[in-house]
Amino acid sequence: MTTTLTRPVSTVAFPRLALVHYRYGFLETVRVPMAVLGTMLFPALALLFFVVPQRAVAGDPLAAAAATAQLAVFAVMSTSVFTYGIGVAEDRAQPFDPYLRTLPAGPWPRMVGRVLNGTTWSLLGLVPPILVAVLLTEASIPFDRFLLSVLLVMLAGIPFLLIGLTIGYLMSSKAATAVAQVVVFPLAFAGGLFLPPETFPGWLDTLSTFLPSRAARDLVVSAATGADLPATALPVLLGWTVAFALLTAYAYRRDEGRRFH
Amino acid sequence: MTTHDLPISVEHVTRRFGETVALDDVSLAVRPGEMVGLLGPNGAGKTTLLSLVEGLRQPDAGTVRVFGSDPRTAAARVRLGSTPQETGLPPSLRVAEVVDFVGRHYPDPVPTADLLDTFGLTDLARRQTGGMSGGQKRRLAVALAVVGRPDLVVLDEPTTGLDVDARHVLWDALRSFHASGATVVVTSHYLEEIQALAERVVVVDHGHVLADAPLEEILGRVAMRRVTLELGAGHAARLAGLGGVVQHQVEPSGRHVLMTPDADLVVRSLVGAEIPFRDLEVRTATLEEAFLALTRKEAA
Repeated sequence: MTTTLTRPVSTVAFPRLALVHYRYGFLETVRVPMAVLGTMLFPALALLFFVVPQRAVAGDPLAAAAATAQLAVFAVMSTSVFTYGIGVAEDRAQPFDPYLRTLPAGPWPRMVGRVLNGTTWSLLGLVPPILVAVLLTEASIPFDRFLLSVLLVMLAGIPFLLIGLTIGYLMSSKAATAVAQVVVFPLAFAGGLFLPPETFPGWLDTLSTFLPSRAARDLVVSAATGADLPATALPVLLGWTVAFALLTAYAYRRDEGRRFH
Repeated sequence: MTTHDLPISVEHVTRRFGETVALDDVSLAVRPGEMVGLLGPNGAGKTTLLSLVEGLRQPDAGTVRVFGSDPRTAAARVRLGSTPQETGLPPSLRVAEVVDFVGRHYPDPVPTADLLDTFGLTDLARRQTGGMSGGQKRRLAVALAVVGRPDLVVLDEPTTGLDVDARHVLWDALRSFHASGATVVVTSHYLEEIQALAERVVVVDHGHVLADAPLEEILGRVAMRRVTLELGAGHAARLAGLGGVVQHQVEPSGRHVLMTPDADLVVRSLVGAEIPFRDLEVRTATLEEAFLALTRKEAA
């Protein structure tokens, strides 16, 4: 009988594969800039139109920093829900997606590449509002607080990443686009990302306390300005993270079962 | 030979989708260096069989092995190359980028420039795949199947919808890839494609392997003519017993349809038996018609 081909068979190392998926995922996103441009510019525009003209806020270093922190949370939240929610749903609809499953890589390099890509865009989304704050307001905080705030805004983005993934794995791309919008804006308003929660009526303030957007806002504003961190913030963030980690796992398995059983 | 050496080993595999049985107790072994054509009409179970080999799906019963390993594990697929189903390529990526992206999943990929050259895609290297013609996309899709220097390549309908020239470019590329020692499995519902590529043909329909034989033998069995005619009442019963007739059916219009490997023989018998037929037509049977005739004959 024919001799067997005995080439050494080894797969490509995981970190390299993850970087390959990151690189091409990023390229795909950057080639269709409209998909991210709106999301990226909205927080800076909000700052420009609603905060900069109010001298009472823009002229006060801490108040301006707090307003910027709120919009930074919005930037990360909307980027996460949109890029993961719509991105995953669109990818699932592409015939290229099952093809990638036939390549010698498990599902994780793609997932890690996806998260790195989303993180990159979230970080990029922080640049415009911070630039507006630095150039056009009196916002001023020590550099170590600034770094801590950026770190925390990214960490506080995790539940939104998971909300995005849940939407992406559960829904068609059309439904995901609609649902992502419906989720992001009410969460932002009720979470005090556009108007500070101090202006809320009592019932809304109470409701707001249980939202991940409010908890993320409180955490980042506290880091940026030194304001007291409400005791509810961390447990609320953690609760949403655990809940949506479970939901993401459920949605992912359900999708796998449907398409790749 | 152990299953470890076999590029593909499928044993007693059954796969259902709801009520539909896509594969019914199918067994198939593909040996190293073979060039196998999976032939069957649409919906016969070819694509399901390939999706099991590619690790995309699991059998409900039975085992599927690729070089002795479960293709659902990533490591088993490092010796396997396949094409994107349909022409679904990421539209915003450039041709060279897609090749590079897929190639980087393998330990020793063909350099992108060389691969593009082999498939006549060098001039398109910087084109976004969304701006390619259908034929160009097909060429790229097949190129992706071989970028990782796989020992086994499975191709689902590789040249469907291509013009003659493009088809020949791809066939040549696949033949030279096979000549370099690789095992190739191609599905098609075009006899012509199977004829151009396969040395061994496996005919699949309704989830069963109907035939598994060298190309020549299969060609003889599916090369059928379809003879149709009109007939006065009372003579119909004489048609079925006619020399060379494999299958006899009556269309709703009342025309009689005879399937035969030898139309000349049928016409001579018709005349010889003095059957009063009118409006005789003879044409080459489509593969699907030939299959139906074969299936019924074997079921009978």
